[in-house]
Amino acid sequence: MKFDTPALDNPIDRTRVIGRPTDRIDGPAKVTGTAPYAYERNDVAPNAAYGWIVGTGISTGRIVRIHTKEAEAARGVLAVVTYENAGKLAKAKAHTARMLAGPDVQHYDQAVALVVAETFEQARAAAKLVRVEYAPNKGRFDLAAEKENAIKKDSQVGPADTATGDFPAAFARAAVTVDATYSTPDQSQSMMEPHATIAAWNGDELSLWTSNQMIAWAVRDTAETLLIAPEKIHVSSPYIGGGFGAKLWVRADAIMAALGARAAKRPVKVALSRPQIPNNTTHRPATIQRVRIGAGKDGRIDAIAHESWSGDLPDGDIETAAFQTRLLYGGANRMTAHRLATLHLGEGNAMRAPGEAVGHLALEVAMDELAEKLGIDPVQLRILNDIQHDPEKGPERPFSSRKLVECLTVGAERFGWAKRNPKPGQVRDGDWLVGMGVASAFRNSPTQDSAARVGVDAKGLITVETDMTDIGTGSYTIIAQTAAELMGVPIERITVKLGDSKAPVSSGSGGQWGANSSTSGVYAACMKLRGELAKKAGFNVNEAVFEDGQIRAGGRNISLGEAAGPDGLTVEDKIEFGDMQKKFAQASFGAHFVEVGVNAVTGETRVRRMSGVFAAGRILNPKAARSQVIGAMTMGVGAALMEELVVDKRFGYFVNHDLAEYHIPVHADIPNQEVHFLEELDDKSSPMKAKGVGELGICGAGAAVANAIYNATGVRLRDYPLTLDKVLEGLPSIV
Amino acid sequence: MPDEPAPSPTGGPPDDPLFFCDPTTRRVFLTRAAGASAAVTLGHGLFSGPDAQAAVQAEAGGGEAGGEEEVTLLINGRQTKLRLDPRVTLLDAMREHLQLTGSKKGCDHGQCGACTVLVEGRRINSCLSLAVMHDGDKITTIEGLGTPAAMHPMQAAFVKHDGFQCGYCTPGQICSAVGMLAEIKAGIPSHVSADLLGEMSASEEEIRERMSGNLCRCAAYSNIIAAVREVSGDKTGGEA
Repeated sequence: MKFDTPALDNPIDRTRVIGRPTDRIDGPAKVTGTAPYAYERNDVAPNAAYGWIVGTGISTGRIVRIHTKEAEAARGVLAVVTYENAGKLAKAKAHTARMLAGPDVQHYDQAVALVVAETFEQARAAAKLVRVEYAPNKGRFDLAAEKENAIKKDSQVGPADTATGDFPAAFARAAVTVDATYSTPDQSQSMMEPHATIAAWNGDELSLWTSNQMIAWAVRDTAETLLIAPEKIHVSSPYIGGGFGAKLWVRADAIMAALGARAAKRPVKVALSRPQIPNNTTHRPATIQRVRIGAGKDGRIDAIAHESWSGDLPDGDIETAAFQTRLLYGGANRMTAHRLATLHLGEGNAMRAPGEAVGHLALEVAMDELAEKLGIDPVQLRILNDIQHDPEKGPERPFSSRKLVECLTVGAERFGWAKRNPKPGQVRDGDWLVGMGVASAFRNSPTQDSAARVGVDAKGLITVETDMTDIGTGSYTIIAQTAAELMGVPIERITVKLGDSKAPVSSGSGGQWGANSSTSGVYAACMKLRGELAKKAGFNVNEAVFEDGQIRAGGRNISLGEAAGPDGLTVEDKIEFGDMQKKFAQASFGAHFVEVGVNAVTGETRVRRMSGVFAAGRILNPKAARSQVIGAMTMGVGAALMEELVVDKRFGYFVNHDLAEYHIPVHADIPNQEVHFLEELDDKSSPMKAKGVGELGICGAGAAVANAIYNATGVRLRDYPLTLDKVLEGLPSIV
Repeated sequence: MPDEPAPSPTGGPPDDPLFFCDPTTRRVFLTRAAGASAAVTLGHGLFSGPDAQAAVQAEAGGGEAGGEEEVTLLINGRQTKLRLDPRVTLLDAMREHLQLTGSKKGCDHGQCGACTVLVEGRRINSCLSLAVMHDGDKITTIEGLGTPAAMHPMQAAFVKHDGFQCGYCTPGQICSAVGMLAEIKAGIPSHVSADLLGEMSASEEEIRERMSGNLCRCAAYSNIIAAVREVSGDKTGGEA
């Protein structure tokens, strides 16, 4: 099914099942511990041996010699795999660094060996006997120091540089200007389930039971790395303990498990240990961002510029931190620029809302700074500069739907924004300085082609198969709701099978495109199934009504099972998105409101209240969507207050590489969060009329915290995370 | 102190709150752990030099003559006798030797709480405890609380309130919540309790404090609080 014109009224609009806050259909399995995650698939490989990855001890240089004899002689050891005996390997195009080091080393804790043993304890102990001699090189690890050497490089998702009008001239003549530089640190996705894989060979065919967001990419990248045909690879990933971008690509657990299984001639299971994850896998790269805004005294922006510097390994990619600034506010004169420095710090890559998550931490604080200089309420400033079309392309490219102003006004009302004292440092509650902050939320809403297979059996039971993944997003449930709505049956009659490369290729889970794209793929397949069932039953498909397990038309009715016949009926189709994304700017929007208390004595910040209003097209399941949003808001609090991978600039690695030292928000850090979705249907986005919501909530949440800290204390901080030591420096001394 | 003995969350926590700081618990730990402690300490690789290398080799050899130890675990009412490498944690004994994979390994270092189980009614990080230390102990895991067809009230409340997303921290959150409510009923104070000797309530503040050892990166925190509050039946101390 092609989607190249706006959606008309369609059976999804009945909203008998879709759009309802249905409990997750995978819930009972997850809360009882019976949902099997990758490392737990004893059913598929009961005789699996255990692999333990040895990581490199230097960040860049060469391996001189690897001593494996002691490890090989240790009790229980079946094989030790290194580059010297792994066979020929290649680097997949999607990987920046190779999954196995040797002879050159590309980053710290890159896999250098896999020890395979009968038991986990034996593998872990023997891994310590692998000794590696290195010839280290001098690496580059300091973004600030390398900023001047950074080069222009386009991203896969857009150009490094954009310019419209004449920014320098407009900025020079602006009545009120802000010119501020912000920094954000390296961050870790820190999903709860470590990367894990069980690999098994059957002749030249490889099976990977793994934890992965993008099944088709996993097949492709494994094939490219191991130099085997993709048809020989089977990937299964039905349950995924979180990803946040870290599991978009196969990592060392999968590749090393495959190599280990080949060497040991039996299935091998490998999980990255928690302390290996930040340096061995990917991280969100640090940024330095300069934002300049020039406005008239009336608050209207005439000039806006956003520049970002980030680092990555050679041949890596930019962090697209300025992308939201191309579309969020009006202004005739604008520019963005991204520069990439070479840093030898592991692979910089996607973490929830790549680009926008950290971009908002700069832009939305700059807007707060501008509001103060203008003496205009920051909510009003944002409303003043709303624009209903792509400000680079002009009115010929309108937004498909955009309710930023409504999000801001409804949010301000619900939060009690009117009570905010615009003068900082005025509100006290005992030892606590209290402040409120606001920020807009913007996230592009991309779509990806997505296919599904839908079948109905003689009993009228329906099965949906697609290689889509559920990484906690609720895919199982919204896909079941979609199929139930279209086929006119209760959700209990739907079985959803996900995450298997034998199923049709879906959008996968990433870039907040998954829900809208994958349900649209299921929509396409269900519409095809409806057509074939109607035809088989002798109905005019345009008149046929599917409800209560029946097909009705022209005064006749027949059950789905009867229409399907004794052998059932199965069809496959795919949603193919045309040029609607070109014709219309497509994004989801929101507004964050935060109240913080900052301790006047210690400088400690506590979030007291958080409230957000969001417009993201049709909300397919308000319960699951709300959970996505509160989770993302919490990650935004983490970015604002605590999350930072600390770089050892001498040796080139992240020092705090576990969950004790890399701090993420815990229960005690997060108050009750309020989420409100605006009614919105976006007929330009897909037949589901939905937009992305999974990453929207992180965009702006941290900036609202930063702005609230300023309102509480009068201390403007621009280097994240905003820890108490930085706040204390600005607080007046206490006698 | 509550008037009535603390009810069992799982069929058998102690009614004496002092149990939780019983010095014999520590003594038992030291005795039981002695056989495995050398290997465990060195396993962290904190030491270097020839002694350390020798010790690492000794560990790779499997400890003393590579011997296994017998341990009887009483998990979810079922008694199992195992011969285990003394380095096997309680978590791995369950996951890798007994196919009880409901308890999750998020960090293996006691940092995340995904492996939380109830041992004699008390919540512990099973990744930080060796299996051989639990000979004869009564252990309840997520599988012992309920099944998809017959969920424990806490499990049902997590589904109703969407107290999870990816589901990986969830068994630990649920076991922790069950153990935590028993601690409150037993009158054990927390860092945020205003009165250390008074009656404890399952207020939102108390739950947040006491559950902070269970990380959730999907951050279903607000929903978990709602689920736990519902099960606790506590109407006091909530936020407006």
